[in-house]
Amino acid sequence: MLIHFKNTPDKSQIIKIKAFLFLICLIPLIRLFWLGFQDDLSANPVEFVERSTGYWALFILMGTLGLTPIKLLTGVLWPIQLRRMLGLFMFFYACLHITAYLWLDYSFMWAEISKDIIKHPYVLVGFSAFIFTIPLAATSNNAMIRRLKMRWKKLHQLVYLIAILGVVHFWWLVKKDIREPLLFAIILLILLGIRLYYKQLAKKNSQSEIAKSGNSASAEYSASVSS
Amino acid sequence: MATQSFSQLEVAMIIQTKPDVLPSEITPQAVFNDRRSFIQNAGFGLMAGAAAFASPKVFAATVNSGATEGAGRNKVSAVYKPGQRQKITNYSKTKYGAGEKLTPYEDVTTYNNFYEFGTDKGEPAVNSRLFKPSPWTVGIEGEVKKNKTISIQDIYKLAPLEERIYRMRCVEGWSMVIPWIGFPLAQLIKFAEPTGNAKYIEFISLADPQQMPGVNLPVLDWPYVEGLRMDEAMNPLTIMAVGLYGEQLPNQNGALMRLVVPWKYGFKGAKSIVKIRFTEKMPLTSWMKAGPNEYGFYANVNPQVEHPRWTQSSEKRIGGGLFAGRIKTQMFNGYAEQVGQMYAGMDLRKHF
Repeated sequence: MLIHFKNTPDKSQIIKIKAFLFLICLIPLIRLFWLGFQDDLSANPVEFVERSTGYWALFILMGTLGLTPIKLLTGVLWPIQLRRMLGLFMFFYACLHITAYLWLDYSFMWAEISKDIIKHPYVLVGFSAFIFTIPLAATSNNAMIRRLKMRWKKLHQLVYLIAILGVVHFWWLVKKDIREPLLFAIILLILLGIRLYYKQLAKKNSQSEIAKSGNSASAEYSASVSS
Repeated sequence: MATQSFSQLEVAMIIQTKPDVLPSEITPQAVFNDRRSFIQNAGFGLMAGAAAFASPKVFAATVNSGATEGAGRNKVSAVYKPGQRQKITNYSKTKYGAGEKLTPYEDVTTYNNFYEFGTDKGEPAVNSRLFKPSPWTVGIEGEVKKNKTISIQDIYKLAPLEERIYRMRCVEGWSMVIPWIGFPLAQLIKFAEPTGNAKYIEFISLADPQQMPGVNLPVLDWPYVEGLRMDEAMNPLTIMAVGLYGEQLPNQNGALMRLVVPWKYGFKGAKSIVKIRFTEKMPLTSWMKAGPNEYGFYANVNPQVEHPRWTQSSEKRIGGGLFAGRIKTQMFNGYAEQVGQMYAGMDLRKHF
């Protein structure tokens, strides 16, 4: 317990970790500018920007969803403090992704864009995922967390749907070589599977507790674990 | 007529012709005989690969300098070196594509869908470095008077080479303008002497797992198969290309010989063709097998027929940069006047 306490970073360390992570998350963007200035974004730079921003949005989303499993598996709590920033970076890259699509790819030709979204399932799925990220980003500040209370938690469970839609979007857009989206799908399955497992475990524990003593404290415990 | 189209390259290839050996069989032997240069090239390939990983531009520069140097050094050598840029000297210019802005050479040769060398568009340029397309023979079989094998040297003699500047529209929604060098497929068909039963032609690409790393992945049902209806194959626009930008076809673009059918989506243009089979029934192509609701046999460029994945009413012209936007896709890729009559009365939504 003492060791555990010693390994938990204090407030100033958390700030440093956050600053470091912030810079790490900027690397994909800096890389795009770097390659762009050197005219090195391949023969199809628009596709390159679309693919790259989409890939990193999904990658960071997996990171965001990885923090709770860390907590569940190891009991280490402090990485949860990084979740908001990662989530917002996911939103940031998703915004860049959709901006590249609307502006660079389709030059805001709305008729073509709406046709593309309606007619092509992978675009529709990706677009829906993006729409769902907007309320999450908008309610990510402390004031909203306080205001929405339990509804905030409910709302932010949308992230699971967003992740599934994001992976499906990637899967459906590749022509034949599904190795990359498959990897994302496996990672997502593992991350969600760990959650489900612990949820089931908590449920079982609380049921046996209730059967034993009939006290409701353990039910509260299970509710907190399952989040 | 034919001899005038002999270039220095062709002469070089004749010297080392082994027409009785298939390209797929020759490689290990050729690599063995030529092991010094293989090792050199392997080293170079690795270096180029590493450079490409770091930056595509560095890679392009490496290839270019290496290739130019190689070409100079091997001017009189009879040995074909992979990755070497070989000029084709005797070809005539044609009126096709007058006024079109060409897609830069670097883009044409670094952005390729050639799954035999990898599914990423940058991979073929790197993974085909060691590919040896020479000697090259093409088998002709099926509904023909007599099965035969023809060497590339004899193919060159069938017709004078000409430059055709064609638009190429990929089903994925991008396009290029490429100055191909080739000859009408009709000339090769005449030589093949098909019987009256021949209604279609099947084009079969090389699938050599030793030279083509992508063939080891079950992405498509190898070898790559494409096909044309006889009248499409005989259309004067349809060519067998052996070069682009005044030089021999780079490996990543389908060396040694590939099909170019400019009014159809790019995947119809089978690369590195080693067999041509005349058939009575419509061939089942690789992409039809892979996605029957996405890829039809005809695959004519058609802005009115939607694809489940990509917008077909507009396209991105490669080479325009980040802010060029899209251009409208034309019916039959702008070749409706020359090919439209072949599809008169056909429901192109059904026969997509």
